[in-house]
Amino acid sequence: MTAVMWKPAKEPGRWAAPPRPVWEEAPSRAGITAKSFGLGLACLAVLVPLWIVVVTSLASKKTITRAGGLVVVPRDITFIAYKELLSGGQVTRAALISVGVTVVGTVFSMAVSILCAYGLSRPGSLGHRLILMLLMATMFFGAGLIPTYLLVQTLGLTDSYLALILPSAVSIFNILVLRGFFMGISPELTDSARIDGAGDFRILWQIVMPLSRAVIAVITLFYAVGYWSAWFNASIYLSDQQMMPLQNVLIQLVQKQEIPVGLTQAVRAGPLSGLAVQMAVMVLALLPVAVLSPFVQKHFKKGMLTGAVKG
Amino acid sequence: MSHTVPGTPRTQDSAPPEAVDGPAEPAHATGTGSRPAKAAASSKVPFRRRLRQDRTLILMTVPALLLVLVFNYVPIFGNIIAFQDYDPYVSTNGVTAILHSPWVGIQQFRTVFADPQFWHAVENTFLLFFLQLVLFFPIPIALALLINSVVRPRVRAMAQAILYLPHFFSWVLVVTVFQQIFGGAGIIAQTLREHGHEGFDIMTDPAIFKFLVTAEGIWKDAGWSIIVFLAALAAVNTDLYEAAAMDGANRWRRMWHVTMPALRPVIALLLVLRVGDALTVGFEQLLLQRDAVGPGAAEVLDTFVWWTGIRNQDFSYAAAAGLIKGVVGIVLVLTANKIAHLMGEQGVYKK
Repeated sequence: MTAVMWKPAKEPGRWAAPPRPVWEEAPSRAGITAKSFGLGLACLAVLVPLWIVVVTSLASKKTITRAGGLVVVPRDITFIAYKELLSGGQVTRAALISVGVTVVGTVFSMAVSILCAYGLSRPGSLGHRLILMLLMATMFFGAGLIPTYLLVQTLGLTDSYLALILPSAVSIFNILVLRGFFMGISPELTDSARIDGAGDFRILWQIVMPLSRAVIAVITLFYAVGYWSAWFNASIYLSDQQMMPLQNVLIQLVQKQEIPVGLTQAVRAGPLSGLAVQMAVMVLALLPVAVLSPFVQKHFKKGMLTGAVKG
Repeated sequence: MSHTVPGTPRTQDSAPPEAVDGPAEPAHATGTGSRPAKAAASSKVPFRRRLRQDRTLILMTVPALLLVLVFNYVPIFGNIIAFQDYDPYVSTNGVTAILHSPWVGIQQFRTVFADPQFWHAVENTFLLFFLQLVLFFPIPIALALLINSVVRPRVRAMAQAILYLPHFFSWVLVVTVFQQIFGGAGIIAQTLREHGHEGFDIMTDPAIFKFLVTAEGIWKDAGWSIIVFLAALAAVNTDLYEAAAMDGANRWRRMWHVTMPALRPVIALLLVLRVGDALTVGFEQLLLQRDAVGPGAAEVLDTFVWWTGIRNQDFSYAAAAGLIKGVVGIVLVLTANKIAHLMGEQGVYKK
């Protein structure tokens, strides 16, 4: 999947290095050390903070008290923070809201984007250059926060979950990536289906989409992550605290050092640590993303590449 | 490059099938070079027939087009409130409110330009932009070269998976992670206190804030940014390296004379994009930390618009500030592209 400076001859084992071409000098020991150190440091910079968050979320109140705060070395593991958070209440509701908005929003965005990308994918079709220009022009300017805010208000979308989905439902970049991929599909496949009497919807559903699983996986992830991570629109369009998605609750809990509604007693007097609760909310917020994105990773380069080349 | 026009089946009868499919196929379908030929061919077909033929395709773009028209184009007209004294209490319907609000000409712009807080936001915006350009921009290039020099496929894939990860975290998470490490109750301050030192809090220090913001950006997105460079590196012809090695070029000289020229167009494109987007320096990220560090260090143009408009309900004033930002932004995009064209690079769009 990853072409290296030299072409790997055969698969000699999954961890082994492919044979070096004759013209390439063997790397020096110092070079290898420096490279490993640099790459190791970069990876640790990502992993260590995540490790601390996860370990603290799983630590007992005693361990956290002894550590004086965040826990680096795990001494015991308890799921009490997660149990309390997920047994109904503020965080459970917020997590469900986030899942709901993400699922509905992603399905909607994908449907709209795939249709549009396919509609623009046949070179020379009527009006496709005009539509493309209309869409792409929006990549160079924004209408501005205030007019957009007033529009959402005028449409009556405030205090509705539609305000979290509709204004950010389509990303032109994502449509262009999909379109670039669709255009790479050999036209004979679609042409022969058309001669056999298949309509465009059928060609899209039965030929184009099955051939584009990789890019569809990537774009689905992009949209899903966008919905899952969003908090700003909720902060300006929703006024009811009961309606807030997980990220907004996380802001309240961690940034403003609050304790989830209903858990105050368990934290004050019980076995629950306030810090573990905060860390557990963070883990809930990062878990879906951290679990899903590595699976889609092998398609990233392909998707980004077609998008970059054909944008 | 020559182009076979798809959809003209007569060429397929005479040409052998290998000539039609193969890796060259996707390239000609998108290249702008194919357009004149295509346009000439399609203009012979009458409009009505083309409409009937492509009706479904046009129909498919309607939902996306509608969303873009409503949420990207319609609000542009809303910017006329920058020339009004918009009264939000007239009606929650923006159109009614606009019709009933008095016109004040360019009064709002005069006030904005005389507002020291606006200029402070401008100053912060450019400060953060330059800092990010100098400190952030080179890191993905270095990381990409580093990853590209790793030959073991498994190690590469794992390093990539780890480095890409933070890009998918929300800003809320990233800011919170930094707070847990560098904040007053964070792991560093906590360790220092344990050893009898004075604790510290980087998160609320206005002097360090600009570096903190840059560091957060690097942690989140430097890993992800290498993807474009890796793609460019993978496209380099291996023969070039071999030829250079035959001519006696060592590792470093090969990097300088083969690898770097291959990266140049990508670097130019990304620089153009970055400069064109200079006035946008992490709105969500800064908004999340505005309370902790104060507007003195965290106020940029976007947060200024948010504060004056959404928070203080001074919509016309905020819209005027936003409009200034928007217009300057368009000028920046066009200028950056012009410079790229003059330098012989492609830029975002073609001439």
